[in-house]
Amino acid sequence: MIALSDYLILAALLFSLSVAGIFLNRKNIIILLMCIELMLLAVNLNFLAFSHFLGDAAGQVFVFFILTVAAAEAAIGLAILVVLFRNLSTINVDDIDKLRG
Amino acid sequence: MTQNLLLAIVLAPLLGSIFAGFFGKQIGRNNAHRITIIGVAIAFALSAYVLKLVLVDGESYNATVYQWLQAGSLSIEVGFMVDALAAMMMVVVTFVSLMVHIYTIGYMHDDDGYCRFFSYISLFTFAMLMLVMANSFMQLFFGWEAVGLVSYLLIGFWYKKPTAIYANLKAFLVNRVGDFGFLLGIAAVLMYAGSLNYVEVFNQAPQMADQQINIWGDSSWSLMTVIGILLFIGAMGKSAQVPLHVWLPDSMEGPTPISALIHAATMVTAGIFMVARMSPLYEYSETALSFILVIGAITALFMGFLGLIQNDIKRVIAYSTLSQLGYMTVALGASAYSAAIFHLFTHAFFKALLFLAAGSVIMALHHQQDIRHMGGLKKYLPITYWTSLIGTLALIGAPGLAGFFSKDAIIEAVHASTIPGAGFAYIAVMTGVFVTALYSLRLFFLVFHGKERFDAHGHPPHESPKVVTIPLILLAIPSVLAGYLIGHMVFGDWLAKSITVMPAHDVLAQINYHGVWAFLLHGLQMPPFWLALAGVVTAWFLYIKRPDLPGKIQQKLMWLWRVMDNKYGFDSFNEKVFAAGSRGLGGLLWKIGDGRLIDGLVVNGSARLVGLVARVGRRVQSGYLYHYAFAMMIGVWLLLTWFVI
Amino acid sequence: MFDLPILSLLIWLPIVGGIAVLLCRDNAYAARWLALLVSMVTMLLSFGLYIGFDSSTAQMQFVERLPWVETFNIEYFLGIDGFSMPLMILTTISTLLVVIAGWQVIKDRIAQYLAAFLIMEGLMLGVFAALDAILFYLFFEAMLIPLFLVIGIWGGPNRVYATLKFFLYTFFGSVFLLIALLYLQFQAGSFSILDYHAVSLSLTQQIWLFLAFLIAFAVKIPMWPVHTWLPDAHVEAPTGGSVILAAITLKIGGYGLLRFALPITPDASMALDWLVISLSLIAIVYIGFVALAQSDLKKLIAYSSIAHMGFVTLGLFIIFRIFANASLLPGAGNGEVLAIEGAMVQMISHGFIAAAMFLSVGVLYDRMHTREISAYGGVANSMPKFAAFAVFFAMANAGLPGTSGFVGEFMVILAAFQANFWFAFLAATTLIVGAAYTLWMVKRVFFGEIANDDVAKLQDINGREFLLLGSLAAIVLFIGVWPEPLLNVMHASVEQLLMQVSQSKL
Repeated sequence: MIALSDYLILAALLFSLSVAGIFLNRKNIIILLMCIELMLLAVNLNFLAFSHFLGDAAGQVFVFFILTVAAAEAAIGLAILVVLFRNLSTINVDDIDKLRG
Repeated sequence: MTQNLLLAIVLAPLLGSIFAGFFGKQIGRNNAHRITIIGVAIAFALSAYVLKLVLVDGESYNATVYQWLQAGSLSIEVGFMVDALAAMMMVVVTFVSLMVHIYTIGYMHDDDGYCRFFSYISLFTFAMLMLVMANSFMQLFFGWEAVGLVSYLLIGFWYKKPTAIYANLKAFLVNRVGDFGFLLGIAAVLMYAGSLNYVEVFNQAPQMADQQINIWGDSSWSLMTVIGILLFIGAMGKSAQVPLHVWLPDSMEGPTPISALIHAATMVTAGIFMVARMSPLYEYSETALSFILVIGAITALFMGFLGLIQNDIKRVIAYSTLSQLGYMTVALGASAYSAAIFHLFTHAFFKALLFLAAGSVIMALHHQQDIRHMGGLKKYLPITYWTSLIGTLALIGAPGLAGFFSKDAIIEAVHASTIPGAGFAYIAVMTGVFVTALYSLRLFFLVFHGKERFDAHGHPPHESPKVVTIPLILLAIPSVLAGYLIGHMVFGDWLAKSITVMPAHDVLAQINYHGVWAFLLHGLQMPPFWLALAGVVTAWFLYIKRPDLPGKIQQKLMWLWRVMDNKYGFDSFNEKVFAAGSRGLGGLLWKIGDGRLIDGLVVNGSARLVGLVARVGRRVQSGYLYHYAFAMMIGVWLLLTWFVI
Repeated sequence: MFDLPILSLLIWLPIVGGIAVLLCRDNAYAARWLALLVSMVTMLLSFGLYIGFDSSTAQMQFVERLPWVETFNIEYFLGIDGFSMPLMILTTISTLLVVIAGWQVIKDRIAQYLAAFLIMEGLMLGVFAALDAILFYLFFEAMLIPLFLVIGIWGGPNRVYATLKFFLYTFFGSVFLLIALLYLQFQAGSFSILDYHAVSLSLTQQIWLFLAFLIAFAVKIPMWPVHTWLPDAHVEAPTGGSVILAAITLKIGGYGLLRFALPITPDASMALDWLVISLSLIAIVYIGFVALAQSDLKKLIAYSSIAHMGFVTLGLFIIFRIFANASLLPGAGNGEVLAIEGAMVQMISHGFIAAAMFLSVGVLYDRMHTREISAYGGVANSMPKFAAFAVFFAMANAGLPGTSGFVGEFMVILAAFQANFWFAFLAATTLIVGAAYTLWMVKRVFFGEIANDDVAKLQDINGREFLLLGSLAAIVLFIGVWPEPLLNVMHASVEQLLMQVSQSKL
């Protein structure tokens, strides 16, 4: 029997992996986007696990919401990325520091 | 005496001034001088009538015209107080003013500012009348400053001349230094008497005499001394006493008629008038009187010396005016107020006469004022010559002429005085007699006798027109005769009601007066007469007999001549210390205080501080996403820790 | 007869009129005449205040009181007494003058320019009439906006710096005012200023409130050392802006001290009077010397304004010392009344004289486009009529008797002597220094030979300018010769103020 804690540990591992990805990745913005998706998936996994173990369907409903939003977000993110590449001819993270004060 | 009568005296010149000033172009030059002369003539005629009412019928007037302001129970009013002192001043002012008005028709004939000039001198007459007829300190101060304003306007009448506009600024500012003290004196009077009305203040005087006032720390002063000295500082400015005398010689930059009217006969005597008017206050402070006496003596003697070396005809007379004002001040200090007023009275005539005669000479020589370029004018300008002679003799105190009586009365009074400084003052006025005779006759000989040293511009100088000579003649008459009023004015009871003298200070009572002829005869046996005679002889010897001597003496005493040519250094001291000093201080406060400290340090400094914080803070905003994400994580972690703990 | 809400009319007529003028847009002709009409009607209405004013009572008159924000007990509460009424008349007259002064001079966006002044007029009248603290604060802040725009849009080359400085300075002050007003509401339970007057406060509370008021109003007056915004603002402002700034904005500071600081915190005012007195004396002496060093006409007049306003604050705060001394001198000179009324007269008189001085500079600036004194010289030759006016106003600025400039200074100096000899001594130095900077300026600008060709080509003042300067000269002369009609209306209010001030709130 797989316990709830196993799911939570897996989700935490996934989440930490994606955070590490955001910090460590200096090259490609697409990887950043993927990391963000992975983060959302880790959260979804938590939702699902709790939903199952607590017998409450609300968690699974939330997962659907999040998936929808994540899809939209990925689409917008990629669109921004395309525009960005068109203007700057690069998607290197280190080159993009327009917000610097 | 009614209010309307007095109002008419004051307002007639004012209306004339307004018409000539605002509508001069419309009504034309002739109407401008007509209307102002009519105004002043009305004022003179009515003043003479008022004098008759006061002296013969024994009337007096003291009432309010309107309330200027009210504050609590204090009411400051504009009104008139006419007694013998005021009435006499009114006659002097309007008479000299009338003469000057007439004279101006000739003197300013070719000037562009003809109407403006008439407007100013009529305005002056108005202001001076307000001053002498005042019944409260407020109105006195109004007149005081208003005559100062007109003096400022008239000295700078030729506003294109750099020297004139320098002189008028200087005159105004030096007068303001005096007014500074004067205003504080008025404030002191108000504080302790609770009123600004003359009569109410004078009634309070005995109670005020016992009061002490703390100025600095615990040292207390007699209130009356403080008030007396503060008010006298005002008189020092207006009546040009050392060290506030510096403006008067420079004021000769103005046209000659106003030198006669304002800077010799009337305005400069306002200080003398004021102190005489305040005699009920001054009598309570021997310290203040002593101060006045010493200042007057210094002015009388040392300003007389300067008259000896001046070469500008008007400046010689200006220094003589300073010296004579010193005599009047000495008389005030000796509590011989009526002698001071008497000298003021006679001096107004003969000094106005001298100035107007000088103006006549200047006109004849096409605005040449240097006496080294005159000489031998006697035959060209007979009327000017004879009237000048009368004026000069009156000034040096030739027996029988006006100045003799008034000056002798002062000298006798100082001789009898016992207050501190009287001994010094006596020596000063005695020496002054010799000096006066010397510089007056020097001027007279250099202008009218000796070699002709002028440039005639092709045609010989000719006598001035009638509008100029008639005022000279009319002024010469009182210059001879005014002295015979001594019995009434100094030793009689004409001024008795206006002037208060304590028995202890009453020096005039110690002089044996047995009628005017006895006084005359007595005067002939006294040193002043011989000193004056010595002065005349010396002048004759130096400037007629041996004209080469003065130059040699000057060479010998070069250092002394330099000191005197620098006017004892007052001007350069004021210029260097006060004028340059305050400009420098102003610049310093502006650049350092306002610019560096307030704006630089505080205002822009706080802006810079904000900028500094921002510059450090902006480092955090690296622009890299992963830095922001990292910060976010740390933040979440911190928050969680906070909630868990 | 006075059933009609005259104060509301006075406030809202210019504001509505201003909006109407704004709608004229490019039609300069309509904008000018409409603005003239509105300001003229407002001025005439304000004369109605003087005529209908009952000078025998210190009660608020022409009162209008309506609930406004009932949740917070904020009211639309208007009323005037002897202090605010003369200042309102000063406001309406100045605005009319500004409208006439801008007639031909302003070429750019004249409708907006005139509208700004009309709206500002309404707001300033609101400041003087408001008796509800929040209403007062609203007007107090709102009037800065049109002034800010006037300087920022029609100003000189360095206008951005000047407006920013001006705005930040005054906002810095008003924050404290707002806090103080809110705090007082907690104490008094209403926003009515009259209730504030009656509320009792401990000394500590009073001192904090007093300091807040002092900061807020000291910036406006302006007192040393928070004065440095004024010269910059004046230099950059167009003539009309300078006139309003000098004539009225500064007076709001003095009015604020009279309306708030003295009656609400009398004990703190007494405890801290040394502070205000020393700042005032510094303003008089120090700023006088600074004015002497100026080479820019407007800066010189701006500094002289600061020095003159020093007399206002001096007059308001010497009363405590006079009270202390009065017990030693039975029956003496009514110094406390002289002091307060002197301060009021000084405010009114300075309003007119400063307006005249700035208009005179405007006359020169319109022709020569420079304010440097050294660019002038001998102007009297080419502009004799103008020179006569200028000398007159200069004399008024130097406090010559017979002009209004004398009355206030005279009264305050007389009163100051009763507080302390040295106060009077230092204040009286203005007689010398004030004359020095004013007349030296006159000498350098107007007298002497014609300095250059530009001066030679100057045209003398036209009828419009003559009307402006002539009417100001008449007012200045009238107040100087007979100040009683002006003082008469404030006697009752001054007495009431002195009563409030002399009763301790502890």
